[in-house]
Amino acid sequence: MTTPPPGWTDELARVRLHVVTGKGGTGKTTGAAALALALAHGGRRVLLVEVEGRQGIAQLFGRSPLPYAEEHLTWVRGGGEVRALAVDAEAALLEYLSMFYNLGFAGRTLRKMGAIEFATTLAPGLRDVLLTGKVKECVTRTDSRGRHAYDAVVLDAPPTGRVAKFLDVTRAMADLAKVGPIREQSDGVVRLLHSGETAVHLVALLEELPVQETLEAVEELDSVDLRPGAVLVNRVRPVRLPASAVETAAHGAVDAERVAAGLRAAGLDPARAVITGLVDQTVEHALRVRAERAAMAQLAEAALPVLELPDRPDGVDVGVLHELAELLIEQGVR
Amino acid sequence: MSSPGPGRPPMLDVDGLLDDPGTRVLVCCGSGGVGKTTTAAALALRAAERGRRVVVLTIDPARRLAQSLGLRQLGNHPRRVTLDGDVPGELSAMMLDMRRTFDEMVMTHAGRERAEQILANPFYQTISTSFSGTQEYMAMEKLGQLAATGDWDLIVVDTPPSRSALDFLDAPQRLSSVLDGRVIRLLSAPARAGGRGIARLVGAGFGLFAKAVSTVVGGQLLADASAFVQAFDSMFGGFRERAKATYRLLRSPGTAFLVVAAPEPDALREAAYFVERLAAETMPLAGLVLNRTHPVLADLDAARAAAAADEIDRAGTDPVVEAVLRLHADRVAMAEREKRLLGRFAAAHPEVALIGVPALPTDVHDMEGLREIGHRLAGT
Repeated sequence: MTTPPPGWTDELARVRLHVVTGKGGTGKTTGAAALALALAHGGRRVLLVEVEGRQGIAQLFGRSPLPYAEEHLTWVRGGGEVRALAVDAEAALLEYLSMFYNLGFAGRTLRKMGAIEFATTLAPGLRDVLLTGKVKECVTRTDSRGRHAYDAVVLDAPPTGRVAKFLDVTRAMADLAKVGPIREQSDGVVRLLHSGETAVHLVALLEELPVQETLEAVEELDSVDLRPGAVLVNRVRPVRLPASAVETAAHGAVDAERVAAGLRAAGLDPARAVITGLVDQTVEHALRVRAERAAMAQLAEAALPVLELPDRPDGVDVGVLHELAELLIEQGVR
Repeated sequence: MSSPGPGRPPMLDVDGLLDDPGTRVLVCCGSGGVGKTTTAAALALRAAERGRRVVVLTIDPARRLAQSLGLRQLGNHPRRVTLDGDVPGELSAMMLDMRRTFDEMVMTHAGRERAEQILANPFYQTISTSFSGTQEYMAMEKLGQLAATGDWDLIVVDTPPSRSALDFLDAPQRLSSVLDGRVIRLLSAPARAGGRGIARLVGAGFGLFAKAVSTVVGGQLLADASAFVQAFDSMFGGFRERAKATYRLLRSPGTAFLVVAAPEPDALREAAYFVERLAAETMPLAGLVLNRTHPVLADLDAARAAAAADEIDRAGTDPVVEAVLRLHADRVAMAEREKRLLGRFAAAHPEVALIGVPALPTDVHDMEGLREIGHRLAGT
């Protein structure tokens, strides 16, 4: 078993665009939000962006749906701020076209007719180019003194199955016009996404399918020359058994007499059925721990830094996000 | 089905559902990552072992589960799964190949020459692989095909891991509206007689918009799309008819929906949406499958267990026994949390029958595991 490189590397500390992906159901949005909060510590300004029209950020933070505008989300310790933006491809297209053409009222009517959805359906790459284009604008925007508007941008990206395609703007552009304004903009997007300023983090669970998808995504990202960042292992549950006892217990060898004696010594007087139940629970626990160890070993094949987020079975709210951010900082996020 | 007691949801009778010859289609739906595919496969296996001729349509099974069902090779048609000799029923399984289903549909509905034209069109390649509703649409198309063969007396369907669990109901409609060609005709020839009426309605901005879109996506793509839509036009009626027929099938008395969820806030929220949506569409909901619950196996108070663990820790006697007690306390807390979440769901949807399926400690990827899940689904 190879051990993964620990924590947040210096290269990751230099990244300004943090793309966060993961299989559906792994807690991608939670991971992205916790990372944004962690990066904002020490008085930094961070923008958290979503692009799939799910309003996942608003839901997570328990607030009304985000408009297509950068809004204050939360302050963090040390005066840092996280702002949020929900990019909408249709609005981005209209915003974009209006820079070059005066559409007037036609824009809204066309939207109602589904013409814009149609245009983005016609060339699915177009949608991605518009979304990444907006993200790039946020990353590179500077104020009058040339300072970056945001110290870091965290993108809650499409799931692992689609992320490489989403970020592979070069390929998307092959479908689109060879000249014109979008082409010029997209060259800048390509430069940013393939530079050291961008990393793609993957949220995973210690289960078979998420691990498999994570490894596939890493391979796919490598193949299109995008840089995988860290793996965020989410919902890590506590391991109670001493490491040396796991293997025996997983084979069902939990000594009922020993458990009964131990309980009696601690002042409990358990019935036989209770002992049997406790033993069964312990075997299940050991089997799960063993499966999770195997999953972790498999994840290590990706040779990426691994960070862990604990299970929060009561659900995640703003308070919990701040706690998760603290844990990421302890693991080196800066 | 047992009658609801005070504050207790009715229990879902899975075996009753599987044994009823009137159950012809069973649709498993729910958000991603809740074990929908495994549930579908386990139900299908159990039904076959109870004497039914079953086919299960899976969407994207985990590799090892697919292997155990003999689905190693892609093939867009059901393959017989080898079961023990004394099993009274039979089981076939297939994995959806979205592209091939679409191709076959085109070949069925268009003449040979036209079909070739369509399949070669670059725009078709886009629609058949990348359009966000295609997988859902093709899953429903495949269901319609399987039902039409009459080869099986029960079809179990897994649904795609959509962004929204409801997409598979809407996808045929969405794809239809894209393909029906009105907009593309406008875009590709806004000045033509047919487009003029609407163009006037929209105002002069439309011409500019069309120009802008063509600047952005390029003239070639627009021309391809236009050719595609023209070729597609002739078979469009057929497509729409089929989508309607599948929709009717979903609402027929032989169909039952099972909403699959996990005892987590997000998954249950999605399940609640689903329950409401099915009711709005008058689609028959059989009940809720709550996967991966953690019932407490030992009747021991959690606080006492934790106190005893602390004492053992202080005395430094037996770390394994300490662990046994701590993980018991964890388990009680988890079970209580799950009960609370479920209670909230049941209060809002008291009529929905449900069954909790205790979690297996490891992933399921063989027939033995599926059989065990089947037992748990049936509450046996």
